[in-house]
Amino acid sequence: MWQYTLKRILQGIITVWFIATATFLAMHNVPGDPLSGGRAISPEIRANLEARYGLDKPLGEQYLQYLGNLLRGDFGISFTQQNRQVNDIIREHFPVSATLGILAVLFAALGGVLWGALTALYRNRLPDTVIMFLVILGISVPSFVFAALGQLALVNVNALLGVSLLPVAGWGGVGHMILPAQVLGMGTMAYLTRLMRSSMLEIMHSDYIRTARAKGLPPARIFTRHQLRNAILPVITVLGPAIAAITTGGFVVELVFAIPGLGRYFVQAVQQLDYTVIMGTTVFYGAFLVGMVIVVDLLYGWIDPRVRLQ
Amino acid sequence: MPHSHSSDDSFARSAARPLALFGGAAVLALVLLMFLLDFLAGLASAGGAGTATGVDVERQEITVYLREEPPQLNSMLATDAVSGMVLGHVMEGLLRYDENSQIVPGLAERWEINGTRAVFHLRENARWSNGEPITAADFEYAWKTALDPATASQYAFIFYAIKNAEAANTGSLPVSEVGVRALDARTLEVELEQPVAYFDKLVAFVTYLPVSAAFHRQMGERYGADADTMLYSGPFMLTSWVHGASLRMERNPHYWDQDRVRLNAINAAYITSDSNTLLNLYKDGRIVQVDLSAEMLEGAMQQRWHLDRFMDGSVFFIDFNHRPERVTRNLNLRQAMQLAQNSNELVDRVIKLPGYLPAKSLFPVWLQGVERPLREEYPAPEAPYDVALAREYLERARQELGLTQFPPLVLLADTSPVATISSQYYQEVFKRNLGLDIIIDAQTFQQRLAKMDAGDFDIVLSGWGPDYNDPLTFADLYASWNLNNRGRFASERVDALVRQAQSSTDNAARMAAFGEIQQILFDEVALIGNYERGRVYATDPRVKGILRRVFGAEVDYTNAYIEVAP
Repeated sequence: MWQYTLKRILQGIITVWFIATATFLAMHNVPGDPLSGGRAISPEIRANLEARYGLDKPLGEQYLQYLGNLLRGDFGISFTQQNRQVNDIIREHFPVSATLGILAVLFAALGGVLWGALTALYRNRLPDTVIMFLVILGISVPSFVFAALGQLALVNVNALLGVSLLPVAGWGGVGHMILPAQVLGMGTMAYLTRLMRSSMLEIMHSDYIRTARAKGLPPARIFTRHQLRNAILPVITVLGPAIAAITTGGFVVELVFAIPGLGRYFVQAVQQLDYTVIMGTTVFYGAFLVGMVIVVDLLYGWIDPRVRLQ
Repeated sequence: MPHSHSSDDSFARSAARPLALFGGAAVLALVLLMFLLDFLAGLASAGGAGTATGVDVERQEITVYLREEPPQLNSMLATDAVSGMVLGHVMEGLLRYDENSQIVPGLAERWEINGTRAVFHLRENARWSNGEPITAADFEYAWKTALDPATASQYAFIFYAIKNAEAANTGSLPVSEVGVRALDARTLEVELEQPVAYFDKLVAFVTYLPVSAAFHRQMGERYGADADTMLYSGPFMLTSWVHGASLRMERNPHYWDQDRVRLNAINAAYITSDSNTLLNLYKDGRIVQVDLSAEMLEGAMQQRWHLDRFMDGSVFFIDFNHRPERVTRNLNLRQAMQLAQNSNELVDRVIKLPGYLPAKSLFPVWLQGVERPLREEYPAPEAPYDVALAREYLERARQELGLTQFPPLVLLADTSPVATISSQYYQEVFKRNLGLDIIIDAQTFQQRLAKMDAGDFDIVLSGWGPDYNDPLTFADLYASWNLNNRGRFASERVDALVRQAQSSTDNAARMAAFGEIQQILFDEVALIGNYERGRVYATDPRVKGILRRVFGAEVDYTNAYIEVAP
């Protein structure tokens, strides 16, 4: 087990290094740089700026310096927000994205298991048809459409009620989180519903369920102890990547709901070619994603001993 | 499969109870978790004021939005409109623009500008938000620091009218040689390179704002990064800045002109550029003003909202690459293109955004001339929309260039929605009317500028916003030495006229120079006008006195007040 863990972590580090290098090279090959603004600057001032940010050095030297800083966990200073550290930006804004992401995943997981189990129980009957139709909708409609529709619906509900049921946008209280989290988790919930349904159906016809029935166990017990518990395994597998994807992919929802998450800074940085913020957020997101996959792999090995043996 | 339907049925019924229990538990867990998160979030930050209503009559507060977060609020480094908007509320300089874009006294109670010498006399009661007096030395410090090459301020050029400013900024003279000096605590003396007719208008610009030397040194790199790392000289002061989420501006008790300020606070509680979100916030009564896009207009009229329009001052145009190896250097080709398009069509039938005007000149319609608007005193020459004539010019260009066929032309443009449909419009008309193939190269703003600098284009959709209220802010764009003249247009006559407008103090002669520049740029087809940008916006009827303007804060709430219906 320890050897397996160590191997996975080493692989992860190499992946992150590869992400960092690829981003670094791609970024420096895009035309333009963070120093160009709406008003042209004289060559002398440009030279000063380049010296200040170390952009005057050859690319190879910049890369080595960058890797050195990375090892020390220092991402540098933002180009556009000239007096903020990239570390501060991540520290202040990632918790917001994470809070939203965790809520969305919980919403997706609990909902997915619930609806998936329900469709399996009512297979090929009305509840199944209705839910599966909604699932296809949930998978195919992108989150920004849900975000816009959800927000519009909320405005109308608020107008009808004459009081604000929930805030339309912004961040600060628990009310602000409910709608964005649901919108963000919608796609994953639909996906998990399908996964749960097929997993439930597969197990329904397995030998141990038949044995349990033959033993005369009450159906409720069979359902909770044998069926649900075993059917949930594949759901847990995809949960790790789902958490990472939701936490890192929420920038559209963050923009629509005016939420100060890290995703917005990431997108903004790419648009403004803010080198340090692009590198900081990409490496951070990359490491986070890789970390989540490793954690899930290890967890899975713990839940299902068969994985460890392989 | 041996299962019968009836056994499945009973199974479903008996499983329904644990399933319902699971569902209930799931909902309960979610609710509990949210309250836990809420509690934690409360501990972690002061929290945004996201639940306040747009107009709080009791507290005399209003809630507004920002399109983006200000990158930082150090006035010596600020370049963007959002920073300008916030700084316009929390800072005041020597002079400022009033509601009609005219210069009025700010922290300076009076000033004299004679030839190359300007003297500003500060008010006795000019104070920083910590109660300390604002002195002439604070201005000297700010201006010299902004000019210091080590500061690398992108707007340092705005000081170049001051003696030795350019030399100091490029490092050939020490900053101490710059012609600005605090004679005593309340007198600031400025020496100019040459007489400058519009120096008072320059002084109203953001980069000319004061900075307390002691405070700036104490804060170091952190100056302007947070609400408590700045001192304020304006009618409001920043009391909270939750990055990415909200800024709160409260009335500054030390501001000299208390009578001007009627609101207790302005809450910028939402930071987003999503226009639908902003519309929803406005509908929900959360913000006091919102900009409308074309498709929102009908709904707004049905709701009988209070609508206004204003021109934000920017002009957008096609710029050409005049570098030797480019076909666009050929005047006949440029003339053909000028005749083959129509900015009225672009604005009325393609862009269709309310408030936009077709651009006919580099000089927008709102610029002031000697007595009337410049464009009334010097009407812009207009090219007819004449496809047959355009083809004649094109044929002449083809012969002059010795081509059998024109190569495809690269049209460089931004990725914004308006730039996208504009570039498609030009691609279509140049193909249809002239048979020219246009390759659209859509780039983000920064990359477009980089490609323009590198000369990597034939034609480009460009734009220009004014820095100060004088036609020169547009006119010098086509001076051969201007670094923003990225197409490298060069005309000795234009250069001479720009120099004249820079140094002359005779208003009529200056306006005549601008009139001639307008004519030359038309004759030479230095540019083809696209549109002047406008906005249509809805305002909460309870809030009065909000200004929208070209100079100073883009949206100005400093004079705003809440009017409660009797």
